Amino acid sequence: MGRVGTIARRTFLVGAAAIAGGVAFGVYKVRRPHENPLKAGAGEAAMTPYVFIDGEGVTLITPRADSGQGAYSVQAMLLAEELDVDLDAVRIDPGPPAPAYWNTAFAPEAAEFMIPAAGVMQSVTETAVGVMLKLAGVQVTGGSSTVPDGYEKLRAAAASARETLKQAVADDTGVARADLGTESGAVILPDGTRRPYTELVDLVAGKEPIADVALRDPSQWRYLGQPVERLDMVAKCTGTQDYGIDAVVEGMVHAAIFLNPAQGGGIDGFDATEAKSMRGVRDVLPVTGGVAVIADNTWRAMQAARKVQANWTPAPMPDTMAGHWQVLGESFTEDRQDSRKRDDGDMEAALAGGEVLTAEYRAPYVAHAPLEPISAIMRVTDTGAEVWTGTQIPRFIQNNVAKIVGIEPDDVVVHALMTGGSFGHRLEDEVVKRAAEIAVQMKGTPVKLTYSREEDMLHDFPRHIAMARLRGKVAGGQVEALDLDIAAPSVTASQMARQGQSVPGPDSQIPAGAWNAPLAIPHFRVTAYRAPELAPVSSWRSVGASYGGFFQNAALDELIHAAGADPLEERLRLCNDDVTRKVLEAVGEMSSWSGVLGDGKGRGIAQTTSFGVSCAEVVEVSQTERGIRIDKVWVAADVGRVLDPVNFENQVQGGVVWGLGHAMNCEITYEGGVAQQSNYHAHEGMRLHQCPEIEVRGLENGPRVLGVGEPPVPPAAPALAAAIFAATGTRLREMPFNKFVEFA
Amino acid sequence: MKLTVDGTDHEVDVEADMPLLWVLRDELGITGPKYGCGIAQCGACTVHMDGVAVRSCQIPASAADGAEVTTIEGLGQPDALHAVQAAWIEHQVAQCGYCQSGQIMQAASLLELNPDPSDEEIDRVMAGNLCRCGTYIRIRAAIHTAAAKMQGA
Repeated sequence: MGRVGTIARRTFLVGAAAIAGGVAFGVYKVRRPHENPLKAGAGEAAMTPYVFIDGEGVTLITPRADSGQGAYSVQAMLLAEELDVDLDAVRIDPGPPAPAYWNTAFAPEAAEFMIPAAGVMQSVTETAVGVMLKLAGVQVTGGSSTVPDGYEKLRAAAASARETLKQAVADDTGVARADLGTESGAVILPDGTRRPYTELVDLVAGKEPIADVALRDPSQWRYLGQPVERLDMVAKCTGTQDYGIDAVVEGMVHAAIFLNPAQGGGIDGFDATEAKSMRGVRDVLPVTGGVAVIADNTWRAMQAARKVQANWTPAPMPDTMAGHWQVLGESFTEDRQDSRKRDDGDMEAALAGGEVLTAEYRAPYVAHAPLEPISAIMRVTDTGAEVWTGTQIPRFIQNNVAKIVGIEPDDVVVHALMTGGSFGHRLEDEVVKRAAEIAVQMKGTPVKLTYSREEDMLHDFPRHIAMARLRGKVAGGQVEALDLDIAAPSVTASQMARQGQSVPGPDSQIPAGAWNAPLAIPHFRVTAYRAPELAPVSSWRSVGASYGGFFQNAALDELIHAAGADPLEERLRLCNDDVTRKVLEAVGEMSSWSGVLGDGKGRGIAQTTSFGVSCAEVVEVSQTERGIRIDKVWVAADVGRVLDPVNFENQVQGGVVWGLGHAMNCEITYEGGVAQQSNYHAHEGMRLHQCPEIEVRGLENGPRVLGVGEPPVPPAAPALAAAIFAATGTRLREMPFNKFVEFA
Repeated sequence: MKLTVDGTDHEVDVEADMPLLWVLRDELGITGPKYGCGIAQCGACTVHMDGVAVRSCQIPASAADGAEVTTIEGLGQPDALHAVQAAWIEHQVAQCGYCQSGQIMQAASLLELNPDPSDEEIDRVMAGNLCRCGTYIRIRAAIHTAAAKMQGA
C-alpha cells in the first residue's frame, strides 16, 4: 500500500475535471453518472472510477474502507475477475472521496432489507433515504454492504475497462475486438502477441469507454468463489502494515485530548499551568468539550493532558443508569409508537383470556472499542485542509472539516488509511473534528491527534440500549401468539444529527432483526417505540439486530419451552422462508441436533435475518467448576454466493466471537454521564481461552449476493442464552449474562 | 538510554518513566508494536526483551536501558518469514491485523519455551492477547502448524 499510496496521491486530484473517460457503468446507466474523480495526467488513463493505469502498472480503486473485513481484497477480486489482471501484480488504493463512489446498497441495507417471506414492501421512507444518499453522493462503508454494492458494479466497471482496452488495440491493429483476448494484464492478439495494458495508455486516452458488456458466467471465474490470499495478509503478519495511528507527516506535532468525562458535557474554563511545564509540551488548546495538549511525543501529550485542571459542565442525560432504564420503561406508549412492521393474525383477540406468558428483556449500551484507538492527522493551511485517518465516511469528513476551517468541502483532501478494526466506530468522525479544531489554531503545522484508550472508550458513541416486553401464548403444544414491544432511542437519528442531517419517518433499526423473523406464528406482532434521546449512540456491528435477534429468539424460546416443543423442530414447523429452512436444517445436521444433552451440558439454537442474510447458530455449553464454558458453535449462513471461502469463514467466526463475547461480559453504564468502563479490563469481550470451536457452512440458495460482516452477530447471544437455560435452568433475559451466571 | 532494537543500536534521551512502547514508536519510529490499551490488558504492544515476551507499554525506559529488544519486524520480514509468521499467513489469521504483531510475538515466545504446546497450554499463554475481530480459532491452528514446522526443521 505504501508505494501505491504515494503514486495515487501524487496523481489523483480531488474535484478536478476528468480528462479521460469518466463514464461509470452498471447502476449509473439509469442516471447521468457522477463525474469520474480520477484525473489522469500524461501517460496515464483513468478508465472508470475504479481502474487506473499508467506506465508502471494497473491500480484498482477500492473505495470501501477495510476495517479487517477484507473489503479491499474482495473489491480487488471483483475488479480483477473481469479486467483479467493477476491480483499479485496490481496495486490497490482506496482513491479519493468522491460522489462516484456512493454506496448503492447502503440505503436499503441501512433501512433493513425485507425478506419476501414476510410479505411487506419497502416503505416510501426507505426509498427516500436511498434517494437522499444518492444525491449527497454518500460514500459509506457499513451495513455489510460492500459486497452487494460492488458485486455487479465493480465487475461491470472492470469489464468495460477491459473491452475499451481491447477496442484500442483493435483500432490500432485492425483486428476485430471480438477476435482479441485478454490475460494477465495484457490484450492478446490472435497470433499470441501480448499488448500489456500499461502500454495502451496513450491509445485509450480520450476514448469513449465501451458500456453494455455482458458479465462472465461464474463458471469462468478465476478468483471469485476460490480461496484467495488476502492482499494485506503478509503486511499484517510482519508488522509492516501501516495503520492510521502509524502515519507520519513531515513536521507533525503530537496531540492528546482530555475531554469532559461526562459524555456530551462541556467545559467552563481550565488551568493548564502544570501541563504546560511538562517536558515536550508545546501548547494547550481548547477544543469542543475539553482541551488538547500539543507535544513532541504521543506519550508526553497524554501524560500532560491528565494534568489539566478543568471545570466541567454536566452531561445532558439521566444521572443514573436506573434513570436510563426508566425512560425506556416509560416509552411503551401510543404516543411513542414508531412503527408496527409486523402484525399477523389478530393479536388482541389471541391474547384475550387464557394464560398469557410475559417477560421483559434488556440490552445494554456496548462500546465499539476496536483495538486501534482513533487518530487523525490534520494540516490546515490558508487555502485548504488535508487529513489522514482511518474512516468509513470520507465524504462527511470533508463537510465537517470544511465547516470548522471555513473552507469548501472540495478543498479538504482526505487520505483514507488502513484501520485497526471499526465495528461501526469509524462511522463517526469526532477525532477528525477535534483535530481540525486544533489544527486551525496552528495553521501550517500537521497535527496528529491520538486518543488514549480511555478517551476512546469514554467518548465512544456506544450501541443503544433497548428494552422489550413479551406477551405470548401457546396452545396444543405449539406457539400460538408472540407479541413483542421494543423500546429504544433512535440510533439513526443520533448518528445522522451529528452529520447535520435528519432522517424522516420511523427508525427501522429499533425493531431490526425481530420484526422480520421468518415465522408463520398465527398471531405475530412487533411494535417499535422510540424512546427519547439518552446517551448519544451509534451503529455497532449489526446495529439494531444485535439486540433484536436476542429479544425475538429469547421470547420465542420461552414460548417453545412453555409449549413443550423442541426449539429446532418448532422453528422449522413455523418457518415460512425456504432459504431459512435450509439454514436451520443445516445447523441441525451439522450439530446432530438434540435438544436434551444432560450431564451439565446444554444446547441452544437461534436464527435471525439481518442485512438480508439468514443465519442460524447452535451453541453448546457445559457447566464446569469455574463456570459456564462454551464448547462448540455451529453456524450456517446464506449469502447467495460465497465470494471468498476462507475470508467468509474467518468473518463468520469473528462475528460469532463478537456476539458471544459481548453477550457474556460487556456493557457501558453511565453514572452522572460518565461511562464507568474506561478500558478492556472492564469491557473485555471474549478471550482466546474462552473461544469455542466454530464450524461454519456457507449456503448459496438466496437470490442476492450479500455481505457477511454483521449477520453472524445477532443469533449468537440468544443461542448462548438458550444453551445456558438448557444446561442450568437459568433463563437469561438481560445482557451481559455475567450479571447472572459465571463464565469459565 | 541505550538499547538495541532488531539488531540496531540506539541511544535516546527520554524520561526514565517513558514506556518502551513509546520509545519505540515515537522516538525510534518503529511502529510494528501497537498501542491498544496502555495497561497490559490487550497485548498488542508485545515485544521480546532479552528473549522474553513483555508488554512494552509496561516497561519503563529505565528498565529497558541496555536491553536487546526484538519487535515483530525483527522477528521476520516479508521475504524472510519466521515460522510463526509463515503459519499465520498460511492460516490467513489476520482480519484488521492490529493485534497480530503482539499475538505473533507472544506465540513465538511460547514456542521457544514449549515447542509442542497443547490447546490448554496455548490458551493459558495467549489469554492475555486480545483480538477484537475474533481470530482466536485461526491463532490456535497457526500455533500448532508453526510448532510442527519448527520441530521438523
